[in-house]
Amino acid sequence: MKVMAQMAMVMNLDKCIGCHTCSVTCKQAWTNRSGMEYVWFNNVETRPGLGYPRGYEDQEKWQGGWVRGKDGRLQLRAGGRLKKLLTIFSNPKMPSMQDYYEPWTYDYETLLNAPAQDQVPVAQPYSLISGKKHQITWSANWDDDLGGSQEHAAHDVMLKGLEDKVKLEFEQTFMFYLPRICEHCLNPSCAAACPSGAIYKRSEDGIVLVDQDRCRGWRMCVTGCPYKKVYFNHKTGKAEKCTFCYPRIEVGIPTVCAETCVGRLRYIGLILYDADKVLEAASVANEHDLYDAQREVFLDPHDPQVQREAEAAGIPVDWIEAAQRSPIYTLINKYKVALPLHPEYRTMPMVWYIPPLSPVVDVVAETGADAEDADTLFAAIEKMRIPMEYLANLFTAGDTAPIERVLRTMAAMRSYMRDLNLGNDPQPEIPASVGMTEEEMYAMYRLLALAKYDERYVIPSAHGEEAHALEELATDCPVSGFDEELTRGSGPFGEGSGGYSTVAVENFQMLQNRQTSDQLVGGGSKAGRVNLLNWDGKGMPPGLFPERNGDTAGSGAADGPEQP
Amino acid sequence: MSTLLWIMFPYVCLAVFIGGHVWRYQYDKFGWTTRSSQLYERKLLRIASPLFHFGMLGVFVGHVIGLVIPQSFTDWLGISPAAYHIIAMAGGIPAGVAALIGLALLIYRRRTVGPVFRATTVNDKVMYLMLALVMVLGIWNTIAGGIFEIGGEYNYREGVSPYWRSIFYFQPDVSLIENAPLGFQLHALTAFLLFAMWPFTRLVHVFSAPIGYLTRPYIVYRSRDVRPGAGTGSRAPKRGWEKVQ
Repeated sequence: MKVMAQMAMVMNLDKCIGCHTCSVTCKQAWTNRSGMEYVWFNNVETRPGLGYPRGYEDQEKWQGGWVRGKDGRLQLRAGGRLKKLLTIFSNPKMPSMQDYYEPWTYDYETLLNAPAQDQVPVAQPYSLISGKKHQITWSANWDDDLGGSQEHAAHDVMLKGLEDKVKLEFEQTFMFYLPRICEHCLNPSCAAACPSGAIYKRSEDGIVLVDQDRCRGWRMCVTGCPYKKVYFNHKTGKAEKCTFCYPRIEVGIPTVCAETCVGRLRYIGLILYDADKVLEAASVANEHDLYDAQREVFLDPHDPQVQREAEAAGIPVDWIEAAQRSPIYTLINKYKVALPLHPEYRTMPMVWYIPPLSPVVDVVAETGADAEDADTLFAAIEKMRIPMEYLANLFTAGDTAPIERVLRTMAAMRSYMRDLNLGNDPQPEIPASVGMTEEEMYAMYRLLALAKYDERYVIPSAHGEEAHALEELATDCPVSGFDEELTRGSGPFGEGSGGYSTVAVENFQMLQNRQTSDQLVGGGSKAGRVNLLNWDGKGMPPGLFPERNGDTAGSGAADGPEQP
Repeated sequence: MSTLLWIMFPYVCLAVFIGGHVWRYQYDKFGWTTRSSQLYERKLLRIASPLFHFGMLGVFVGHVIGLVIPQSFTDWLGISPAAYHIIAMAGGIPAGVAALIGLALLIYRRRTVGPVFRATTVNDKVMYLMLALVMVLGIWNTIAGGIFEIGGEYNYREGVSPYWRSIFYFQPDVSLIENAPLGFQLHALTAFLLFAMWPFTRLVHVFSAPIGYLTRPYIVYRSRDVRPGAGTGSRAPKRGWEKVQ
């Protein structure tokens, strides 16, 4: 047994309202740079729909992920090592910009500079890639809320085999939202596809990162990732991907997407797994077994044997304790309501989803029946095969049994809790019908519906004794070299060259202090400036305004000591 | 003059070539990339890029055989100069032509595809010009000199090749290159200049050919602090103390 720790996420799709706040805040934090205009580390897709990039789930076309060979061994779907090297000069399976979308801006200047005229001036769209006038025909969420779905949704790869049954007329459409980030897989095919070995899995917390110094821009990771969550920065010529906001995670605060989620539907926590079993679990013959196989790779942190092994593997005690309180382990292996996205890619993804019950409830409610009655809901779940098969294509490689079980559990919780809320006598047979006790049902309700902050996010911070290696706990003088990093333009070999800038100009440790402290935490960024995006509006931290020049005569407020 | 052209200039260029790579690898690992433009355009690239690169690999192998292996060795193997010439032409011309056509297509693509042209720096343009010049001169020597024998027959393995090797013995024999045809001299001079430019252009990606991929394990695990001071693709944290083991 080789115990490793993995930082993982679960999203409760029942609560996602598709507001894109996660996408926008993530973009603001990480990809609002030139070269990354088209990139969304976090995006929210309306399903059924094509997703972003368009039709990324069609692995016949994009060749992402792993396949199980005849000998039972895993190989990259896009080909082995030799084939990768032979096609290195022009990757045949890489999406082009148009498969994502061509980013654009508007000619806002016209609005300001247009002469007085009868017509209102219009800001025309311009492509950020070619610089020419641009006709917008696609974007990262073009089919949001089923917009244009009569045209597009039929191309959804997950509808294969269901085409004749699914009616895409609006009133009959089963719709939900699917927020996606990098899966930080246990068996990442992007890392396996990287010729330079630049993509690595952090052994402490399992976060998958791209070493910007070692990446040489061969673009094989873009093909390798079946979720298409590794992106090519076309200005620097390097691959970039979701970092699970590791500078935040290291100091114990949740990712930007989770922190800003208005539906409070994201859960972050640690999970312990047996690294020796990963490959075996990813190679099971039947795709339907992949879900259970991956669950069995996870270790029970309450098991003393596991705890001993974990300590022997160098996992700190407070991390093991965090793993015991982890909402991830609870949702995946205790209540068994979370499911992996596309286990059939065999990458062992680590961002799991609780499938949505709401669409089913909505349909029942429309018929006039009691949509929160357990029996009615159970019957509806059984009858509504189409949503079930569709969800199964997403989360269980097409096996509807786990989907049905999860939806029944969710329906039971809804029904059981209604009685409690209305002051009726609770019906213990409802939890019993899905194999749970009343206490478990209530605890699950607390975790899923109330979703308290410190129960949703159980993030042990990285260790102080390792501080010198952490992004945000640098042990050097806080101002050394910082101005230079902020002010430096591009290097001598174009925009991609030169040193790298910090991942975060604001210090997250400082941010956390400010968020949790009762007092005003003075001081702005390390460079003596205040990041107004993070300024809490309290007081006037030094650096908010430029320093007054000491020898300015007649300055009324110059009651401080004279500057030499 | 000949000392300047054939001793000082080559040594300066080669020193810049080596020193430049070392310096850039130290200073600018982040800028060390292919700067692929496949995201902008892929149809032309699909043909042109493999044509150019595989052609260049052939050309490189040809140069290694022609410049590094002495004629006495092939004589000892029993390959007559005439046979060697036919082999060299049969291998060199297709490779050179493929690389040249590939380069032409790539330059055409770079100029005509808007986004690709926008992503082209002055550095790139100068580099393309030099590369094209060197390649055209090279293929001219091969075809015009080797087949049609314009300007008389010339066996570069008795002139250019020993001169090239003599550079590395640090006893450059200038007379060998001075008697070579103008085409060969120009090819050599432009090539030296290209070598001097090399570390400062995108050509550095040649030296990151990922051969190690064939043998390394698929999944790379790395600890947070395995490379202190180098960080994880972000700010390099400076160590305040040595780690207690």
